[in-house]
Amino acid sequence: MSRATLRTDRLIGSAVSHAFLLLGAAFILLPFVWMLLTSIRPASEVFTAGFNPIPSRLAAGINYSEALTKSPLLQYMLNGVFVCAGILIIQLLVAIPGGYALAKLSFRAQPVIFGLVLFGLTVPVQVTALPIYIALAKLNLLNTYFAIMLPFFLSVFGIFLFRQFFKSFPQEIIHAARLDGFTELEIIIRIITPSAVPAIAAFAVFSITSHWNDLYWPLIVTTSADHATPPLGMMIFRDQETGSNYGALMAGAAIITAPLILVFLFAQRQFVRGITMTGVK
Amino acid sequence: MSGLSFNDVSKRFGTSTVVDRFTLDVAEGEFVALVGPSGCGKTTSLRILAGLEEASAGQLLVGARDVTELPARDRNLAMVFQSYALYPHMTAAQNIGFALSLQGLDKVTITDRVQRAADRLAIGHLLERRPKELSGGQRQRVAVARCIVREPAAFLFDEPLSNLDAKLRGTARVEIARLQKTLGITTLYVTHDQVEAMTMADRVVLMDAGRIRQIGTPMQLYHHPVDLFVATFLGSPAMNLLAGEVRHDRGEVRFSAPGLDLRLPETTHCAPGPVTLGLRPEALERMPTAPDRIALTGVVDHVEHLGAETLVQFAVQGSRDASMTARIPGGWPVRAGAPVTLSAAHVALHLFDATGSAVALHFAGSARASVGQRVPA
Repeated sequence: MSRATLRTDRLIGSAVSHAFLLLGAAFILLPFVWMLLTSIRPASEVFTAGFNPIPSRLAAGINYSEALTKSPLLQYMLNGVFVCAGILIIQLLVAIPGGYALAKLSFRAQPVIFGLVLFGLTVPVQVTALPIYIALAKLNLLNTYFAIMLPFFLSVFGIFLFRQFFKSFPQEIIHAARLDGFTELEIIIRIITPSAVPAIAAFAVFSITSHWNDLYWPLIVTTSADHATPPLGMMIFRDQETGSNYGALMAGAAIITAPLILVFLFAQRQFVRGITMTGVK
Repeated sequence: MSGLSFNDVSKRFGTSTVVDRFTLDVAEGEFVALVGPSGCGKTTSLRILAGLEEASAGQLLVGARDVTELPARDRNLAMVFQSYALYPHMTAAQNIGFALSLQGLDKVTITDRVQRAADRLAIGHLLERRPKELSGGQRQRVAVARCIVREPAAFLFDEPLSNLDAKLRGTARVEIARLQKTLGITTLYVTHDQVEAMTMADRVVLMDAGRIRQIGTPMQLYHHPVDLFVATFLGSPAMNLLAGEVRHDRGEVRFSAPGLDLRLPETTHCAPGPVTLGLRPEALERMPTAPDRIALTGVVDHVEHLGAETLVQFAVQGSRDASMTARIPGGWPVRAGAPVTLSAAHVALHLFDATGSAVALHFAGSARASVGQRVPA
C-alpha cells in the first residue's frame, strides 16, 4: 500500500470516528441547548416555535430575573452546596482509608469486606430508603440537612474507586514510608492522599453531580423549602409560583446546572486522569 | 549502629517454604551480600528483617534488641529499594528529611543534616527537584541519602542497582561500597548479580530455594565452593564441568570420562564412583604438562577477543559433548579450528561427588585449608 493511500485511509478513519463522536455529543447536548434556548424565549414562543432555534424576541432578562426573584433559588443552591460538601467530605474521610485498607493492607476479613463492598455496589438507594426514612422519623430528624446527607456518607462506590486507584500505587513507597517511621494513618494523610488528587477529583465530580441533581431522597425527607436542594427547589418553584412559565423554569434550571459545569471544567484534567488510572468505566 | 541476627527464621506461604531456617549473624559495620537466583528467598529474608513481612518462625535481632514482633517503623532500619520508592509529591530535600521531621527534630537541624547527606552523595544541587525531574542515578542517590540521614542501626539494600544502566552500575557499586566503609555502617545487601556480591561485600551468603548454601568471604566462595551449585553460580564464564568417574588404580586416583583419563592428586579423598570435575576458565593455561597438572587437548571452536583477555571455547578431544571455556591472556593468537592443548594445576581442580558436594583434594601446604563455612542442608 502506498504512503498516499495509507494517509487517506487514516483520514477517512479519523473523519468517521469524529463524526460518530460528534453525533453522540449532539445527542447528549441537545436537551441542554434546548434548555438554554427556552430560557431566553418569551413565554408565548415556548410551545409555538417548533424547532426554530432562534427566538424572535429575547426574553432572557425577564425569565432569569423571574427565576431569581420569584423563588429562593439562591437559598436552594446554598442548600445544595452545603449538602454536597458535607456528603463529599465524609465520603472521602471514609472511602480513602477504606480503599487504602482494602488495597494495601492484608488482614483476614479483607476478602469478605471487599465482597461486601462489591455487593453494596449492586444495592440501589431505593432499597434502603424506607428503613432509613423510618429511623430518621423516629429520631425526629426529618427536615434537616443531616437527613438529606445521611444515606450517602458511606459510599461503596467511593471505597471501590479508591481501592482500584491505590492498587496501582507502588507498594515499595509504602514500605519505604513504614521504614521511615510513618504510622498507617500518617501514610494515608501524607503519602497516599496527595497522590490521589486525580481520583479525588474524579470522585468529587461523580459525587457532587449525583447529589446536586438528586431529587429522590430530598423529596422523601424534606418538605420545607428551607432545606430543599436545587432540583427539589425547582419542583416547589414549578408547583407553587410559576405554573407553566417554562421560560423562567428553564432559566432556573440553567442557573442550577451552571455550578456543575464549572466544577467539571475545573476538575476536567484530573477527572480524566482519575478515571483512566482507576480503570473504573 | 549495631549487628544483625537471624535465628532460624522461616517463612511459609501455605505449603511452600520460601525461607527455610535462615540463620545469619552480621557483625557491626560488616557488609554482607545475600545473593542467589531469583526466587531463592533472599529478598523475602531482607523484608522479614525490615518488618515488611512477618516471619513464620524464628527470631530477629538488631543489636541486642529482639525486633521480631516490632512493626517496621520501630526497628530503626533504613532501606534502599529497587525502584528507589521516593515519595512522588515531595522534593528531594523533603524525601530525605521526612523521617527526621517525623522524629520531631527542629527545622534547622533537619536542613543541616539533609544538606550534609546530600553533599556526601553529590546531589546538593538537586534538592529542590521532584523525583519525576531526576534521572535514575540521581533518584538512587536521593534514596541512599534518605537512608544515611537517619543514622539507622543498619542499611538494607534490595537490588538497588538493577535499574541502572551498566556503566552507571559500575560507578554506583564503587560509591556505595566506599560510603559503607566510610560510615562503617552495618549493611545487608540483596542482589542477584554475583559481581556486585563479590566486589562489594565482606561476606557473601549464597542462597538457593530458601536455604543458605554457603556463607563466606567472596574468595572463599569462589575458590572453595562447598557444592556444585555454589561453584557454578559464581564466576563468569561459569566453571567448566566434566562428568566422569573416579577409579583407584595401583595406588593412583584417576578420573576417567569418555575419551579421557586423568591422574588426580594422590591425596584426593574420594571413593570410586561417579563425580564431576570442575575447572575455572582461568585455571586452563597454556603451560606444558607436569606431574602436578592435568592436560586437556581439543579443537578450538569459538574465540572471543575481549582485549585484555581472550575466551576460548574448545571441544575436548575424545569427549563427544564436552565443551570447555578457557580464559587466556589477550595477546596470544588463537583461531577457531586450530588444535589446542591447555593444562591446569592440581591445586586449581574442583571435584564434586554424586550428590554435588565438594570433595577435599587435601594438599600439602594446605592451599585449600580455609574452606568456607559449610551449612548443613
